[in-house]
Amino acid sequence: MKYTPIIGLEVHVELKTNSKMFCPCSADYFGQKPNTHTCPVCLGLPGALPYPNKKAVEWCVQIGLSLNCDIPLFSKFDRKNYFYPDLPKGYQISQYDKPFCINGHVILSTGKKIGITRVHMEEDTGKLIHETVNGKKASLIDFNRSGVPLVEIVTEPDFETAEEVKEYLQKLQQIVRYLGVSNADMEKGNMRLEPNISLKKQGQKGLPSYKVEVKNINSFSFVGKAIDYEIKRQEEILDSGKVPLQETRGFVEKTSSTASQRVKEEASDYRYFPEPDIPPIRWTNEKINGLKREIPELPDAKKTRFQKQFRIAEYDSEILTTDKNTADYFEEAVKAGKILSLTPKQIANYIINKKTDIESLLPAKLVEEIKNANTTVSVDDKTLNETIDKVLTENPKAVEDYKKGKQTAIMFLLGAVMRSLKVKADAEKIKAVLTAKLK
Amino acid sequence: MNNLNIKQAKEGLKNKKFSSVELTKACLGRIKKVDSKLNAFVTLTETKALEQAKLSDKAIKEGVELPLLGIPIAIKDNFSTKGIRTTASSIVLDDYIPPFDATVVEKLKSAGMVLLGKTNMDAWAHGSSTETSDYGASKNPWDIKRLPGGSSGGSAAAVAADETVAAIGSETAGSIRQPASWCGVVGLKPTYGRVSRYGVVAMGSSLDSPGPITKTVEDSAFILDILAGMDEFDATTSPNPKGKYLQNLNKDIKGVRVGISDQYFIKGIDKEVEKVVKTAIKDLEGMGAKIENINLFDPKYAIDVYTIIQRSEVSSNLARYDGIRYGFGRERFAEEAKRRIMFGTYALSSGYYDQYYNKAQQVRTEIVKDFEKAFNKVDVIIAPTSPSLALPLGATKDAAMFGEIADVLVEPSSIAGLAGINIPVGFSNLGLPVGMQIIGPQFSEALVLNVANMYELNTKNALWRSKKPNL
Repeated sequence: MKYTPIIGLEVHVELKTNSKMFCPCSADYFGQKPNTHTCPVCLGLPGALPYPNKKAVEWCVQIGLSLNCDIPLFSKFDRKNYFYPDLPKGYQISQYDKPFCINGHVILSTGKKIGITRVHMEEDTGKLIHETVNGKKASLIDFNRSGVPLVEIVTEPDFETAEEVKEYLQKLQQIVRYLGVSNADMEKGNMRLEPNISLKKQGQKGLPSYKVEVKNINSFSFVGKAIDYEIKRQEEILDSGKVPLQETRGFVEKTSSTASQRVKEEASDYRYFPEPDIPPIRWTNEKINGLKREIPELPDAKKTRFQKQFRIAEYDSEILTTDKNTADYFEEAVKAGKILSLTPKQIANYIINKKTDIESLLPAKLVEEIKNANTTVSVDDKTLNETIDKVLTENPKAVEDYKKGKQTAIMFLLGAVMRSLKVKADAEKIKAVLTAKLK
Repeated sequence: MNNLNIKQAKEGLKNKKFSSVELTKACLGRIKKVDSKLNAFVTLTETKALEQAKLSDKAIKEGVELPLLGIPIAIKDNFSTKGIRTTASSIVLDDYIPPFDATVVEKLKSAGMVLLGKTNMDAWAHGSSTETSDYGASKNPWDIKRLPGGSSGGSAAAVAADETVAAIGSETAGSIRQPASWCGVVGLKPTYGRVSRYGVVAMGSSLDSPGPITKTVEDSAFILDILAGMDEFDATTSPNPKGKYLQNLNKDIKGVRVGISDQYFIKGIDKEVEKVVKTAIKDLEGMGAKIENINLFDPKYAIDVYTIIQRSEVSSNLARYDGIRYGFGRERFAEEAKRRIMFGTYALSSGYYDQYYNKAQQVRTEIVKDFEKAFNKVDVIIAPTSPSLALPLGATKDAAMFGEIADVLVEPSSIAGLAGINIPVGFSNLGLPVGMQIIGPQFSEALVLNVANMYELNTKNALWRSKKPNL
């Protein structure tokens, strides 16, 4: 390829705090009757003031710490001024030049390091609903989402392929779920993705002169499609000797393509200034260390530990640590399995192969089940002979096939015998008797 | 009865000399008689007030004791009042009825007040005259051809004219002290963060300070006892423990170091103002205060700093009135608000931020340091509140920076978030009140109120104190 893709990513993660970012309203807005989770603060009524949600701020810092960020001891909120009907104050409370977290990184499975520029805290907007009311087209506003805590995670333009982006997103999703700070459910809009893509000629120094941002993406696979489409589109433009426009494009699901939304000549002027309603935040090292200690073992570390401690394969370890509940379940099962002399490997295989429902089956029950599955019951010779004879009479075709030399037919007969016995009998023994009888 | 102060009204109610209904009716009667001349009120809540007074009388009979039980109070129209129209004197909010009470209102309600109504102000608190009010200017009770000052002009006029026992105002830079000065009443601007801003229609968010406007210093201390303290709905309120302001009054001021700065007797100051204030300083010296000359930054620097910071914040604070939610469009903003929005938007624009907003914040820090330095040498600083006496109606016409210049002597302390109070100290030859301000460090309300109160007690029998507006 003549060009190297330069891809950066902005991800918004909605936190699952009980209350909103700056008021006591419930932050659980999904599927609720419009404008029922509102108060003077999140409606931006005259005189109402924001009061920051401590939990949300701490969670934001923990996300940053989990992404290997530095936490500056001084931070503050700023106002981002712009007009939009879903923004009740005419500005969004966000962070501009002093975000909570800076200079982090994530390491992909290839060993490649993706830089995290910043992680900051802001508030969500309301939602516009375009409907026909009494036969007239109308735009309605639901403020239930207004003021829900959002964490924005911005990467350096370090990605080169859609696969790298997808892996990063999976890791990020896994981390926030491990932290228990967000459901990171794409369908509910808990995680919103905005890649920016440009191409540079092989060997070209510095960043390209333009950047295309793609919005409205609600799945990891669509991010991949949007990126692949953009790479191709921009390649064609560059090949024709032109430079792609600096613009914001939207992803079109139907055609897996992108379409121009608005052309950005310069960065918008949001007239940021320090939010006078919220005093700056000053951390102490003790406080940050305390937040660090509260962070649970994260997926990468857990995966490595499982491999070492339980001597299971990397692949198995990866599957077991995909989500924290499964990992915890596995560890408990290993503990319970010790008494029954089950190896972690046996338990891992069972959970992975049988796709155990960890919600309904207790780990103690699970290990019993595994133990039973591995223990054979001895069957007396009389019962065994009778059962085999019955199976042989009932399956003349299989018997004939075997006699003609079709070795696999014996497995079919063996299965039929095992089923008729209704207990877990020693398959080797039955096979031996069967073979003798068929001679 | 309406001319009573809080202390007297409380005594009367306690001793059953009169009922809250009678007291409330007396105030309402006075309002009916004189407010057509003064225009101090934007909204009168007569029915609600009488209902509340009745309830108060019942409670008093039952032995309930609350600090303001049955006492009529007027509140500036930028305080959100549940179920009562709150316009901030702008027709953008002409029919806005808030669903919630400002923390200050809630505290006064819990203390048992009877709310008489909402007082007139400069629209959005933009001004020092009430002439920018969309409901017409208020008039000065001492001369109805003159302005009461502003932005809390309605509150100051209502107190001066005995339409109410006491009132609440808010100050961004001067909006309590300057109208108190022009109307000859006491106006306390607490330290920024001492009294909650929650529910006060935001003007300059980093400066706004609600406070009382009263007939006596004691009443201001009494109201501050009710209003002060941390508020979980205002993150900028201070955890600094509140004082016992009323209890702390009447302490000897012998040896209290009073700083006087020549820079505050600016060029062009009204000679009568200068004379009366200097006499008051002499009085304080006679009471044992140590008067010391100090050097402060020329207050003119504060004008630019204040203008930039306040207008930047205004441009953002007024963005919510975008025509989508409050029924009326942006075309309802009057000239002054539009000018401030334009100015602030420009000052915050990319490329200008460092030059204006940032620079202003840097100078602000210098002003804070300048005061800190001064307060190493003195306990309080005393100066005229306003360089002029109440100006005639129409004075703000074609004077876009009227407020900033009229408030030059209160802006530095507002920018630094200090505690300050205006007290009346006499009259001009024409019978217009002269006000003096006492400024103290942050959270020094107890000290400032005590010095003010000692002056008031000491001049209790002065001839000028018996003067009343002739309406």
